[in-house]
Amino acid sequence: MKSLWINPVLNKEIKLRFRSFKSFLGVFFYLFALGGIAIGFILINTVFSYSSTAIFRPEQSRTMFMVLSFVQMALVLFMTPGLTSGVISGERERQTLNILLTTPQTSTSIILSKLFSSIAYLLLMMVASLPLYSIVFLFGGVSPSLLFQIFGLYFVTMLTIGSIGVFFSTVIRKTIVATIITYGITLFFTVGTAFLTIISMQFSAFQNVNQTSVFPYITSVFNPFIILLNSFEEGLSNEINNASGIAFPLTAAFIIAFLLISFVCLFISIKKLRPNMKEKKGEA
Amino acid sequence: MIETINLTKRYGSFTALNDLNLKIEKGTVFGFVGHNGAGKSTTFSILATLLAPTSGAAFVNGYNVSTEAKEVRNHIGYMPDFFGVYDQFKTVEYLDFYGASYGISPAERQILIPQLLELVNLSNKSDVYVDLLSRGMKQRLCLARSLIHDPEVLILDEPASGLDPRARIEMREILKELKNMGKTILISSHILPELAEMCDEIGVITNGELVASGSVADIQEQLQANKIINVKLASDLEKAVLFFEDHHRVSTVTKNPNRDMLSFAFTGNDEEQIALLKKALDHGLAILSFSQEESNLEDVFLEITKGVDFA
Ligand SMILES: Nc1ncnc2c1ncn2[C@@H]1O[C@H](COP(=O)(O)OP(=O)(O)OP(=O)(O)O)[C@@H](O)[C@H]1O
Ligand SMILES: [Mg+2]
Repeated sequence: MKSLWINPVLNKEIKLRFRSFKSFLGVFFYLFALGGIAIGFILINTVFSYSSTAIFRPEQSRTMFMVLSFVQMALVLFMTPGLTSGVISGERERQTLNILLTTPQTSTSIILSKLFSSIAYLLLMMVASLPLYSIVFLFGGVSPSLLFQIFGLYFVTMLTIGSIGVFFSTVIRKTIVATIITYGITLFFTVGTAFLTIISMQFSAFQNVNQTSVFPYITSVFNPFIILLNSFEEGLSNEINNASGIAFPLTAAFIIAFLLISFVCLFISIKKLRPNMKEKKGEA
Repeated sequence: MIETINLTKRYGSFTALNDLNLKIEKGTVFGFVGHNGAGKSTTFSILATLLAPTSGAAFVNGYNVSTEAKEVRNHIGYMPDFFGVYDQFKTVEYLDFYGASYGISPAERQILIPQLLELVNLSNKSDVYVDLLSRGMKQRLCLARSLIHDPEVLILDEPASGLDPRARIEMREILKELKNMGKTILISSHILPELAEMCDEIGVITNGELVASGSVADIQEQLQANKIINVKLASDLEKAVLFFEDHHRVSTVTKNPNRDMLSFAFTGNDEEQIALLKKALDHGLAILSFSQEESNLEDVFLEITKGVDFA
């Protein structure tokens, strides 16, 4: 696995991805959506607000940061499946996969290059959105460390959802099916687990106060939005820790769980990319 | 050098390839012939490490395709029957990517790619997006791609399919050139005369089994055992029919009264054929002509695969 960074497959993926007009449009609309929300938020709180002073205050700035962060997380969750669930099946459908697989490129380098190029594109969008955050910093109320923490969460999320997309793209022949399944799972990780968390919290609230249930902990560990909210509201995680009787930090559990999912998905993808032959040791 | 030993591939209960035994020496151009669904592409995919055999083994240059896949990949140039291209790449970039994938240094690629484009007559298209190339051009580009790492063995699955006659001739010329470079070439096609002209050996496969293999002449000879003879008579057609039907090496005599001709299948060697003619003349038949039908490769193909269920 000599130097993945100057890997020809990664090189090709990035070249092809960044060359297409579609990608340009993607970045454009991404910034458009995010920028629109930020400006709208400021306008609502200043020009259209009933308060006598049309000033944007630090607390509002913090709220805006939170809104931006949630919107950005939603965009990441929305785009990652679309970007990754066709990386292998798409090549299969365009009949370019066969030839790629007859090159000496290892399955590991093909799978990881596909994933990294998708993540690189998402990171480009994030970086492009950074100037928007400067508005927030201009008005204050948010620490840079919080920003880093949140971007870390984005990264873990896109890595994992991306790995799931790559996994289904590898094991399922049709891109459309792989895409639907990946979106389905993403929906479960957002709406599904949030719903389950609320239900289980309600349920335990009815019961004996001393009785704990691990359910809300487990379901919220798999929900990027709850973890994101947790970065803003420390109280939330305390509540879940108490309700479940598990003291382990929620965010750390989320990172471990997601990285584990990512690892398993990538491992199986690498094994399944080529037909199962008794490969010589040291080769993948 | 390519060798397969009892190579078998099953899809569920369906046997696509059954105990295939092939041995192709270095420098040989081997033509693989068979009807649709015979198992040609299956064999090629296994040799190209894209498909795992159900049982048996296959070797390329002595490397086992199942256990030493990476070495095999380094030694073969593979061209599938159907393939796509990365439409956002230009011709040069397309070749450059595969060159890099084979670990060829950028400096070498700079020298190599123009040479390859020259070989396949695409020099004037080096700056065109591959998507805009015609089908024949894409086919030649794919051939150039399969040559980029200078493999000793070429596995070409119907490289001339879908090409017009002119492009076919060009493709054939390129392959001749490659043959002169000493490459071992395994090629499949439906067009037999074309294969015959450029192949040293031919293997005929039907329903996953190799039914005949050997040099082109050998295969033709195998068929000679059952030759068709046409006889034209000046008179007495009925008498001639009776005479030939009586001979123990003759079968299925058919007559064509309008043209005073008859034809029959003869299963004897040349001496017996001479003796038969002599006996017929002695018998007083007015023979104007006595000729053996020239059998071409299409006939060989049809003959060998006769009685095979093409379902
Ligand atoms: N993935 C698969 N699953 C089931 N059957 C398959 C599969 N791939 C191929 N086959 C079957 O295996 C047989 C051999 O197919 P193959 O593609 O090797 O034929 P071929 O000789 O290349 O034919 P053609 O001249 O049409 O290219 C066919 O009957 C085909 O239906
Ligand atoms: Mg075929």
